[in-house]
Amino acid sequence: MKKLTTILTGTAVALTMSAAAARAERGTDGELKIIYWQAVSILNPYLSGGTKDVHGSSLVLEPLAKYDETGTMVPALVDEIPTVDNGGVAEDLKSITWTISEGLKWSDGTPFTANDVVFTWKYCTAPDGGCQQAEKFTDIASVEAVDDRSVKITYTVPKPFPYGPFVGAESPVIQEAQFKDCLGPKAPECTEQNFHPIGTGPFRVVDFKANDVVTFEANPNYRDPSKPAFASAVIKGGGDAASAARSVLETGEFDYAWNLQIEPEILTQMAQAGKGTVVSSFGTSVERIEINQTNPSPDVGDMRSTRDGGAHPFLSDPAVRKALSIAIDREILVEVGYGAAGQATCNILPAPKNYASTNVDWCLTQDIEGAKKLLDDAGWVPGGDGIREKDGVRLSVLYQTSTNSVRQATQALVKDWWQEIGVETELRNIDASVFFGGDPASPDTFQKFYADVEMYTNNFDGTDPERYMSSWLCKDIPSPKNGWLGNNIPRYCNDAYDALVAEMATTADIEKRGEIAIKMNDMLVNDGALVPLIHRGEVSAHSNTLAGVRMNSWDSQLWNASDWSRAK
Amino acid sequence: MLNYTLRRLMFAVPTLLVISFIIFALLDLAPNDPTGNLPLTIPPEVREQIRQSLGLGEPFPIRYLYWLQQFFINEPLNLLEKILGFPIGDSAERLRIRSWATRSPVVDLIIERMPQTLMVVGFAYFFGVLIAIPIGVISAYKQYSIFDQVGTFVSMVGFSVPTFFTGVVFIVIFSVNLQWFPSIYDTQLEVTDWSSFWQQVRQMVMPVSVLALYNAAQLSRFVRASMLDNLNQDYVRTARAKGMKERVVLLVHVLRNSLIPVVTVIALGIPTIFSGAIITEQIFRVNGLGQLLIIAIQGADIPLVQTLTFIFAVLIVLFNLIADLLYGILDPRIRYD
Repeated sequence: MKKLTTILTGTAVALTMSAAAARAERGTDGELKIIYWQAVSILNPYLSGGTKDVHGSSLVLEPLAKYDETGTMVPALVDEIPTVDNGGVAEDLKSITWTISEGLKWSDGTPFTANDVVFTWKYCTAPDGGCQQAEKFTDIASVEAVDDRSVKITYTVPKPFPYGPFVGAESPVIQEAQFKDCLGPKAPECTEQNFHPIGTGPFRVVDFKANDVVTFEANPNYRDPSKPAFASAVIKGGGDAASAARSVLETGEFDYAWNLQIEPEILTQMAQAGKGTVVSSFGTSVERIEINQTNPSPDVGDMRSTRDGGAHPFLSDPAVRKALSIAIDREILVEVGYGAAGQATCNILPAPKNYASTNVDWCLTQDIEGAKKLLDDAGWVPGGDGIREKDGVRLSVLYQTSTNSVRQATQALVKDWWQEIGVETELRNIDASVFFGGDPASPDTFQKFYADVEMYTNNFDGTDPERYMSSWLCKDIPSPKNGWLGNNIPRYCNDAYDALVAEMATTADIEKRGEIAIKMNDMLVNDGALVPLIHRGEVSAHSNTLAGVRMNSWDSQLWNASDWSRAK
Repeated sequence: MLNYTLRRLMFAVPTLLVISFIIFALLDLAPNDPTGNLPLTIPPEVREQIRQSLGLGEPFPIRYLYWLQQFFINEPLNLLEKILGFPIGDSAERLRIRSWATRSPVVDLIIERMPQTLMVVGFAYFFGVLIAIPIGVISAYKQYSIFDQVGTFVSMVGFSVPTFFTGVVFIVIFSVNLQWFPSIYDTQLEVTDWSSFWQQVRQMVMPVSVLALYNAAQLSRFVRASMLDNLNQDYVRTARAKGMKERVVLLVHVLRNSLIPVVTVIALGIPTIFSGAIITEQIFRVNGLGQLLIIAIQGADIPLVQTLTFIFAVLIVLFNLIADLLYGILDPRIRYD
């Protein structure tokens, strides 16, 4: 018996060793098959901000630093993250200097230099280029190459969080030699470059079929000679989320499937086939109901849903806003529509951890009686048909959102709960491309908000919430004067809030920033500008034979594909 | 006949112009936005710049004229260049119709996808015809027999059950449970030897049979109805009275006459080969034109939708003409002059 155990242990050790040995060599694990049911259209994230395109290109193009699955920055093309402490960020917070790792090469064998980084900035800020990541490069005075390996970004204003450009999959570095003739209006015409970018990532493009399939092979000049474990990779596109899930979980044809937003019970059933694992991660996305603080009635004509049109006839009453929020059972919404991809939340800023508040959890438990009492106390009494009214104003709500089966199911549930507390609800859904389209001529966009409440998801990139939290400034209220642009959709206006935004813009200390952000979050929720519902995660699935997946919501889901390998 | 053809061709030009205007205007007026699908984290100012860079700043008539010029002059010139292999005029500066999502020329995308559609949908159509004719003939000849009843039932099912249902049922049965065929079409596969050929056959089986069933269901009804019409004609009785064999009566006299309307129906259906079986391609992830159209619609890629839809319109007009001409050739009684 003892002998047998020894043999078994020996075999196990040998197996582990051979697995380790196999992992230490590039290209030994065959092909990595990834499925994105939204097909990749282009491999240049500067010309397409679509998630699928950003993820696809992240196998090839890399930023200076990435975010790991906890939202912590990790060096990619540099050796360390510049901070004030290590001297990389200037004391006045107006510049940051990155030092590129030594001996770094592009996949074509040419050296990667600071000039490539400078060029990337020029590429995205060139006029008429339509760069979709221009946001990352705001407030930059200059980007200059100090020497071949150091690049200095100078800002026009102090940046407590100077890691906007060249961090995360949305703003990778592109090669100057390849893209030098593609500046400005020429950018979209460089089809060859946009389809076959040269990068520093673990893979390089072999073949690109737009809106269909991309074939990659291991990058022979990748900085870690033992990676990637896979010799080649494909990203197949097209179809729908359910069949993508099936191809990983049931038939085992693919190794990794992205964004499986399907009914939770179907996904659970597929996972029982035992071929794959469902993984989820949570970023900053929050499904919320935004409450119109202004009057959306057509009676006020051009001043509909603007501050000039006056306050909302009944949603301006804090009791009504609070009652609407506590009447909702968020756990049921998660169960019905989200499963592993959702958590009930009362925060509009649910992550990263040091920014997440725990002070407003009063909304987590449904309290129909409490809601009724609130309304009773505020003088809203049920009329003959059970709908509450006061001074001739009926609590009748128009509730709009985009067309999407989960959203419509949520609407129906919420309508029921509101009915119970004596609020009448009319439901409306609008096609997503119109609702989010931002056409100033359309009355149906979420910015115009010609409704009492509306529901959608918003989030922010990266881990710093400063810009996101400044969405609710008084001056950012959409109105005809600014062409309905502006992020303050609920038309919330509070001087105390504006002061907090200003305070955050000059605070560098992470702890302090966290405290301010939490205060802002609590203020928005307690004031009832919005009703947070669900902290939405991303759900993907990987085959049980694929090792190394660290599902990430802060960066591309393929961020660490260089570490992926075939499980032995 | 030649006169008639020329007249019809000339008439096709204004028809197509009107169609192109309607397609362009409809898609343009539809409330749609190319930046609508981008993450909300991209701010409105950047969205406006993106729209400008896509050429949306120009007024509608100008964009329409540009598109006409690109479609009718620039793209054919480019194609010609590719075929001949030498440059005509200033080809580098020639504006091409560009997709908004991929930023690459629309025509290149279409050419890349044409073979898959022709192969999968073309085969499906071919097999559909091959199945439909014998079933139709036998059903008509043995009207109300068990064969006819079963045939009618099957074709009614094939006709009324949509391909997005049969497709998924096929995948669940043959891919998930039996694991006979792959559920996802490998568009990278190149047929170089027997094993890759076998793989190609295996992956084509499901999409082709789903579509073939659907096509056969429709066509067999046509064949049956047309056969029944002819079987009661006087010339059939005459043929039988002359002592001809049943085989000859059926296959030579009746079938030939019955096929005239069927051929028209088949010809009119050919444009659908090109437009791809939109839904079936999407289900099996065949990278054909139908799937391209769906992706373009979902992504609000207007230039691609406009161009594809217009090409389908051209094909429909063209095959209508061909069907009419075929009718004249097959049936000597019909003359157009």
